[in-house]
Amino acid sequence: MRTVMVIGGLCLVLTLMLTPCAWAKNESIKIGLNIPLTGDIPKVGEGSKCAAEMVKDQVRSQGGIKVGSKAYDVEFIYEDNESKAESATATAIKLITQDRVLGIIGPQSSKQAIPAGEICNSYKTPMISPWSTNPQTTLDRPYVFRGCFLDAFQGPVVANFATREFKANKAAVLYDIASDYPKGLAEFFKQAFEKLHGPGSVVAFETFTTKDRDFSAQLTKIIKTDADFLFAPQYYDEVPLIAKQAHELGWKKPIMGSDSWGSAELMNLCGDDCKGLFFTAHYAAAGAKGATKAFIDSYKQKYGYVPDDVAALTWDSIWLMLKAIQNTGGLTGNIDKDRDAIKDQLAKIRDFEGITGNMTFTPEGDPSKCTVVVKINQNGEFEFYQSVCP
Amino acid sequence: MDIQSFFQNLINAMQWGSFYALIALGYTLVYGVLLLINFAHGDIFMVGAYIGFFVATFLLGSYAFHLPMVLPPHLVFIVTLLITMILTAGVGVTLERVAYRPLRRKGAGRLYIVITALMAGLILENGNLALLGASRRAFPDLIEKAVYTIGGVTFTNIKIIVILAALGVFVLLEAIVRKTKIGMAMRAISYDRVAVPLMGIPIDTVIVFTFILGSSMAALAGVLFVSAYPVLEPYMGAMIGWKAFIAAVVGGIGEIRGAFVGGFVLGFIEIFVAAVFPSTFRDLIAFGILLLFLSLKPTGIFGVARAQKI
Repeated sequence: MRTVMVIGGLCLVLTLMLTPCAWAKNESIKIGLNIPLTGDIPKVGEGSKCAAEMVKDQVRSQGGIKVGSKAYDVEFIYEDNESKAESATATAIKLITQDRVLGIIGPQSSKQAIPAGEICNSYKTPMISPWSTNPQTTLDRPYVFRGCFLDAFQGPVVANFATREFKANKAAVLYDIASDYPKGLAEFFKQAFEKLHGPGSVVAFETFTTKDRDFSAQLTKIIKTDADFLFAPQYYDEVPLIAKQAHELGWKKPIMGSDSWGSAELMNLCGDDCKGLFFTAHYAAAGAKGATKAFIDSYKQKYGYVPDDVAALTWDSIWLMLKAIQNTGGLTGNIDKDRDAIKDQLAKIRDFEGITGNMTFTPEGDPSKCTVVVKINQNGEFEFYQSVCP
Repeated sequence: MDIQSFFQNLINAMQWGSFYALIALGYTLVYGVLLLINFAHGDIFMVGAYIGFFVATFLLGSYAFHLPMVLPPHLVFIVTLLITMILTAGVGVTLERVAYRPLRRKGAGRLYIVITALMAGLILENGNLALLGASRRAFPDLIEKAVYTIGGVTFTNIKIIVILAALGVFVLLEAIVRKTKIGMAMRAISYDRVAVPLMGIPIDTVIVFTFILGSSMAALAGVLFVSAYPVLEPYMGAMIGWKAFIAAVVGGIGEIRGAFVGGFVLGFIEIFVAAVFPSTFRDLIAFGILLLFLSLKPTGIFGVARAQKI
């Protein structure tokens, strides 16, 4: 009995040794994901992980990724940063020094991406933050890139879109002067719009302060001007009040917003008053076409819900990283050299076709990409309306 | 500012001032009777808005357990108002029973009761936050919105209802306090809290009645407020509560006329400052004016100086 087992075992070992395909698995490219799987925003981490798993499936189904003449598998290492800045830096160091990844995707929020970017830059490891919109994340850091547009970038986009779509020559702005994001965006918009239509074309530049509920005085002023549209770069809890009060005071022209509108909560709070309005966004699930639609469909099939913008941006960021790795023309195996080469290739990427728009990196590591303008349709869904380039 | 804008802002200010007036009323009633500044009043306003939200969504049949028949929305609005006022009055009375009465019985100084009121307000806010979470809620549209434009001035039926409600409440309360027996008792207690019980006036009943009046007015303000500004959040009562308190002081706290005039004055100043200057100047100018006014007449517009008994 025992001899039979030994012989059987030996035979098995022999067959395995003689059939190389059983162990000639591709070498793998290691990419780290520094994402919030727990903490305040676990949903963001979950979306990122799901997107990465989908990339992995796709790479596997096409038989690995070709770098130079060799095919590689992709291996993702998911590390939880608990949505904390200090954990994000520790996670980045672990991924760089222990796991020895070629590049890092994430962290997602600026709060973690800014400190983690510092680490990646000083360890000379390429990093792409898919979701961080704060300029500091990539500022003076050649190794750090991002997958989304900057806050400032939406200003010119809105100005262009309104000029073309509403035939607007004059604009009104209503924003919260006590909050950084709306204030910055309102000023960038004013700059861009006045560049197109000359000084004084922003006929009303009205402000309020956080927690205000009544905007009737400001809106009365805006309505008295002959502005062609109203730009309100506000958050989803103020937008319903602004839209409703504007309509009650007799405003019938378009109202436009920024990516801060893009929350599922908006339509719960706003109802009919927001239907037919526009805002800029990273991507729109409803009415998506082509590769974006394919991504949304397979994500929905696999995980049972429509992916949000983080998942789409993570998908794009990973492919950006893989594209840069391919563009190096072959990995040397010396990890420092390879990381450097990937960084150089990332900076050179032109017209990368992502599902959230075409991207070209500027020297600062920020993509110049087309923004999606979303229209809120009559069913209250965020519908893809147009892709607008700066 | 041209004449059209002026009248438009006048209507805006009437609506905004109405809310201050309705809330200021609760401060003034309680102060008039107890000489207590009920700092929880702004949060009772918030609780009123939430109760209104749940009553309205219940009546509209949003929950598994609902009414056998479907009510038309304007009827829902009226029923919501009534039920909300009753329930919120219950909250106010409970607050008085749990927080203020024990202290009064023990003869604690007014300072301690005021601190208790501040804490009660924070408990209401944070209790709401813990129970219902920070996510915003949208108040359903109960009144079919109609927009009227007369001579370039645009207003809605909700604005009219709010302004009429504030005026109606003013007339009603003046009548209660001036013409009825319980009103007379309220005035008497504020006059001399030691002598009045000796005359056989049930002081606790009168105090409970005062809280019922104040809280139900806060509930009315709450439901009307979320009808006009339909986003509910746990901290919605804090700022407007403080400002209404200031309005009550400016009007002369303890005087019903004072609360109304003070509320409207504050509403007018806020709207017109925002209409002329950048909005960052609004609170600065508004409260600067009020401070100047108080330093000239510390008892407020209608207030009478009363001798402090030590």
